[in-house]
Amino acid sequence: MAKITSLDDLRKIKKNLEEQISLREKAENPESLVQIKVGMATSGIAAGAKEIFTFLVDELEKRNIPAIVTQTGDMGYSYAEPTVEVKLPGQEPVVFGWVTKEKADEIIEKYIRNGELVEGIIPQNYKTIDDK
Amino acid sequence: MKEIVDHIIDIVNNSISAGAHNITIDIQESATNDYLKISIIDDGKGIDENTIKKITDPFFTTKKDKKVGLGTSLLKYQAELAGGSFLIKSELNKGTEIKATFQLSHIDRQPMGDIAGTIILLITSHSNIHFIYKHQTDDGVFQIDTTEIKDILNDICNNIIMRRSLKEYIEENLKKIKMTN
Repeated sequence: MAKITSLDDLRKIKKNLEEQISLREKAENPESLVQIKVGMATSGIAAGAKEIFTFLVDELEKRNIPAIVTQTGDMGYSYAEPTVEVKLPGQEPVVFGWVTKEKADEIIEKYIRNGELVEGIIPQNYKTIDDK
Repeated sequence: MKEIVDHIIDIVNNSISAGAHNITIDIQESATNDYLKISIIDDGKGIDENTIKKITDPFFTTKKDKKVGLGTSLLKYQAELAGGSFLIKSELNKGTEIKATFQLSHIDRQPMGDIAGTIILLITSHSNIHFIYKHQTDDGVFQIDTTEIKDILNDICNNIIMRRSLKEYIEENLKKIKMTN
């Protein structure tokens, strides 16, 4: 295929894609997707959050898991960078710390695919009795 | 911070925390004149005079629950290490401009890194912000303005093929103007 060098090329690809995408997928809203946020404050970036971000985007595609990956600011866990927050549809978000590529792979395979918890969770959503 | 793009993400995050709606990332490099200039200009809430004096102090931060603020001090350090300089201009309620200059050929200059991926990361993570990315070399200019490509960006977050195509578009155009890494 020819290289993409102009905005027109990009628009053509988008048009082709839109024709291929089925109605079901179009109806999908972000709430029904896995939402992933990678902590990218100074501490996160320095600890290699960008590589984890790219790894997640690429691997989720390869493994055919529909997900939205975005960056977020400081989560307050600078000691545990890189940190990744994963929100499965209809569930409370979970934050994982010390995420390496191996850990990210484990998160995809175990937590995202099967809902199994993996080591390295930072208890973020602690609620007191009053909150409940 | 291993690469220049790391600093860019960091400084842009500051702009976003400052409530910016418009952010310009302006990169100018020249092999003939041996410089690399990175400017990040925003229309956030700005920084007052007293704060600006302390901004590159690593032990100064505006965040209550933190004791250090390393972002700008790291960039200043790296720029100066590579024979360059660091400049910050700001006006309250108008915005802030940060400019780091490096000597392009300096042995200690950090590599640029994956600039295309970084721009996509930023514009897709903050779709409500208007970004302009401008990259100038001796061979020409390449520019992306998120208002011009709104139709393309629309659902790029969910669509990996569009994400990859946009990346190729940026990379091909940067190759054309012979960007230095």
